[in-house]
Amino acid sequence: MALTLTGCDQQPQQPAVTGGSPVATPGEIVVGQYGSLTGSEATFGQTTDEGVRLAVEERNATGGIKGRKIKLVTYDDRSNAQEAGTVVTRLITQDKAVAILGEVASTRSIAGGRVAQQYGVPMVSPSSTNPTVTDIGDMIFRVCFIDPFQGTVMAKFSHENLKLTKVAVLYDKGQAYSTGLSNYFQQAFKEMGGTITAVETYKGGDPDFSAQLTTIRNSGAEAIYIPGYYNEVASIALQARKLGIPNSVPLMGGDGWESPKLAEIAGEAVEGCYFSNHYAPEDERAEVKEFIAKYKAKYNGVTPGALAASGYDAANILFDAMGRAPSLSGADLAKALAETKNFKAVTGLITINKSRNADKSAVVLQMKGGTPVYVATVEPPKK
Amino acid sequence: MTTFLQTLMDAISVGSLYALIALGYTMVYGVLRFINFAHGDVFMLGAWFSFWVTTKFGWAGEGAHPSIPRALTVMAIAMALCGLLGYLIERLAYRPLRFAPRLNVLITAIGVSLLLQNTGQLKYVFGTENQRMPTLLPATTLATVAGVNITLIDVIIVAGSLVLMGVLDRLVYRSRMGMAMRAVAFDPHTASLMGVNVNRTVSATFVAGSMLAAAAGFLYATKYPNLNQPAFSTWTLLGLKAFIAAVVGGIGNIRGAMVGGLLIGLIEQFGVAYSAPLSHGYITGEFKEIYVFALLILVLLVKPSGILGRLTVEKV
Amino acid sequence: MADSPTTTARPIASIRARTLQLTPPRWVAFCRGAAPIVIGVALAVLLQFYANRWFGGYREKILIDIGINIILAVSLNIVNGYTGQFSIGHAGFMAVGAYTAGFIMYYGSFWLFGDTQFHGGILSATTDPRGLHGPGFSGGDLLFPAALIAGGLVAALFGFIVGLPSLRLRGDYLAIVTLGFGEIVRVVIETTGTVLAGDEIGGQPWYRLLNRVGGPMGFGGLPIYASSFWVWVCVAATVLAAYRIKASTMGRAFLAVRENEIAAASLGVPITRYKVRAFVIAAFFAGVAGGLFAHEIGNMLNAGELGFLKSFDIIIMVVLGGMGSISGAVVAAIVLTILPEALRSVSEFRMIAYALLLIVMMIARPQGLLGIHEMWDLPYFRRRRTGGKTA
Repeated sequence: MALTLTGCDQQPQQPAVTGGSPVATPGEIVVGQYGSLTGSEATFGQTTDEGVRLAVEERNATGGIKGRKIKLVTYDDRSNAQEAGTVVTRLITQDKAVAILGEVASTRSIAGGRVAQQYGVPMVSPSSTNPTVTDIGDMIFRVCFIDPFQGTVMAKFSHENLKLTKVAVLYDKGQAYSTGLSNYFQQAFKEMGGTITAVETYKGGDPDFSAQLTTIRNSGAEAIYIPGYYNEVASIALQARKLGIPNSVPLMGGDGWESPKLAEIAGEAVEGCYFSNHYAPEDERAEVKEFIAKYKAKYNGVTPGALAASGYDAANILFDAMGRAPSLSGADLAKALAETKNFKAVTGLITINKSRNADKSAVVLQMKGGTPVYVATVEPPKK
Repeated sequence: MTTFLQTLMDAISVGSLYALIALGYTMVYGVLRFINFAHGDVFMLGAWFSFWVTTKFGWAGEGAHPSIPRALTVMAIAMALCGLLGYLIERLAYRPLRFAPRLNVLITAIGVSLLLQNTGQLKYVFGTENQRMPTLLPATTLATVAGVNITLIDVIIVAGSLVLMGVLDRLVYRSRMGMAMRAVAFDPHTASLMGVNVNRTVSATFVAGSMLAAAAGFLYATKYPNLNQPAFSTWTLLGLKAFIAAVVGGIGNIRGAMVGGLLIGLIEQFGVAYSAPLSHGYITGEFKEIYVFALLILVLLVKPSGILGRLTVEKV
Repeated sequence: MADSPTTTARPIASIRARTLQLTPPRWVAFCRGAAPIVIGVALAVLLQFYANRWFGGYREKILIDIGINIILAVSLNIVNGYTGQFSIGHAGFMAVGAYTAGFIMYYGSFWLFGDTQFHGGILSATTDPRGLHGPGFSGGDLLFPAALIAGGLVAALFGFIVGLPSLRLRGDYLAIVTLGFGEIVRVVIETTGTVLAGDEIGGQPWYRLLNRVGGPMGFGGLPIYASSFWVWVCVAATVLAAYRIKASTMGRAFLAVRENEIAAASLGVPITRYKVRAFVIAAFFAGVAGGLFAHEIGNMLNAGELGFLKSFDIIIMVVLGGMGSISGAVVAAIVLTILPEALRSVSEFRMIAYALLLIVMMIARPQGLLGIHEMWDLPYFRRRRTGGKTA
């Protein structure tokens, strides 16, 4: 934590518009957002967008940043990497955004992130968990934990709390997120002395998983680790139960599970299953309760998913850094973002570490009667 | 043995769905000689209309209870809606291009496909979230053979597909309208000289094909109740595979579509189940799509007109 | 060939004299032939240094997208437009070229320069607001065009393989084979493993790395080389090549195959050979475009995005421009790249508007914007050229 020593800023207050920094229209600060609002992965982009818009509205209602309102400009990238790069360029060069929020998918975060890095404009990704995203450079940040940590969370939990020794893995080969989690889970679980009985893959959008599940069923696994998104997990759970894998063999997963849709679609099939997450919706912390109440009020009573919470947090951490930064130039803003420490976000206490990733604890939740219930907390490794 | 039987059953059930969708491709190709790329989206809408009708009737959530009459009602309404849609697509988008080069019609088809996907995805229509198709058929297991559960749903899918194909077969080979369809497919100009109303026949073809796609959509939604959002890649890929089934069986040939559908189902399911064990893990189940496309190319090279197709002689 | 002084020398000499009067001197002909490529390169250099300053980064990026789409549309036009074959696998060739070039640039940079970073000079540098910097010329400036050509050649090899079935297959069936090819390329690439980081490459034999191009997660970490300069040089080369082909014997043969295969064959045109040639040439340029696409700023090479939907995008450009018209393909590539951007104001209805426009355009103008004509064949231009003296 050498970085936090520089937390005290001695730089003199500079005017908001400096030499090389993008010029914002007087009075308003332009923040750009890009996401998959249409196309194959539109759900993710739209949910994140809802969280971001809530944060912007809230911030503007309480006076904006240093008395200036925030203007959010959002562009759709059609779930396409080439278009992601184009819209980030547009946000920076046309709309003069001082910072960028986006994307969920790591491929598109990398496409857009390289543009942001080249123009020296900070970018905060709400939920791209692939380690290589922040490797792009010193302008790219994220507010979610990365795959290596989350993968070990479930390994630790299944080994220590559930006392399991034989686990099968089924992951989405098309998602960096899923592949990463699966690799780190296997590695950690084997190190703890467990056995991986079967490793099977699927591809996002596959409707049928019976072949993979039949293999897993015959391998004698005590649990199945499925680090995918809830869309497919719901189908997998339904088909697993149909194939005769009983509920006593729990399915386990990561934060991709977090959505009310999972229980709505899979129902009984995911009863008793575990997943790691950023936060527990029934958490008593004020931030969580407040966020859920506001979100429900704004979006017709819908319970927010993890992506909405991440979008909300990403925006708020960015606004917090903007408030602390001496100017809104890329370098100052990036420095302020890097100094984020113990920020009370919805998804936990967030500290941005040296590699511009978020250090925060993970919780393990269990599905009970259709809602996820808190079971345990796993702390990030001390480094 | 269990794995084999299980795979076989899945293959037959998935294959009959492919066959149902393939029929739409094959009929349109037979009559108009063009590949209707929007057909996969009609299938998608069939599944989503089924969902919409079920929830509108209050047969979801609390009011859900499995019953065959309800299932039939939903299927009939979805088929009617898709039939109407098929009619409109033909009337508004394809008919003005009846005598244009086929590439233009193909691009119009792509346009229609994009239009259907993106309209379906609007939040005022179906939205971008997955939805759970309410249970309409009881999840009863009829019998267990060698550790394989034969469920009611699978039996209904296979039986339903067979019945629908039988009806279509009768329609095409035993009715006046069917005779008109075959006449138009053979030679539209001569057919119109003989007093066949070509426009009405083409419309009928589209309506019939779209209704079958809707039925496939309904059955698909009952088997895989987790409905993906309208613009999701799954739908495009399913449509593409059904199209391949039509080509492999012999495009323009109705019985060929059934054979092709089953063949694609078998290759795909056995590919997933047996790739890894037989190759000691070098090849994984992901290769299933390669098998499907390789079969396509192989069939086209060996017998370009498909398994049951007849080669047309090119006239100078 | 030298003329032998025979009794027939006089008439031949007089014919030669007459032709000499009509044909310009050699150096003029050479300059005329070289002019397009010289102008193209000059324009590319100009865009490389001034596009950002004149148009801003966003429009410069759109220009690069347009350039890549022009190469794709003009090259597909050789198969679909000139030769009348129907290929729906163009994105497959593009993917082959993209991954070949990407492999060379990523792993090749490591072997040659010791790391996988950018090693280009000012011509390869994508402009950024802080001005161009770095050396004027560097090893990467040679490696990148080499990689583009290699990508094109490998794609051309696949074009040859895909073109062969045209011996047996016609029309729609050939189209379906190309579709199957494109999808197989995509699925095969998606089964590959993750990209190795710099410190993991050392000591690995090259063939082991062939399987390390990222699979479904995309080929991450490719250095960014596709500057305005390279893109527009490639555009100039492609358009020039397409134009010269159209006017050549080969082009006439292509058109003959398109108009009537049987008639062409009976006139002694080896139709299969010409179809295969069309595929090989088109695949080469698609491969080059793929190489540029892979190294474009603000992109991440991902085989999943190079499926048949991408092929459709390119076909739409060709048909909208007018089958066989080079300038039509160029115009359509420009229009269809800008259109989705211009429609941003209607946000969620954007793709619906795009789809509707597509349908309406097809119905309203089935022959495409320019039909089979070139832009300079249009009455307006012709009148200007001849000073309004057209009959």
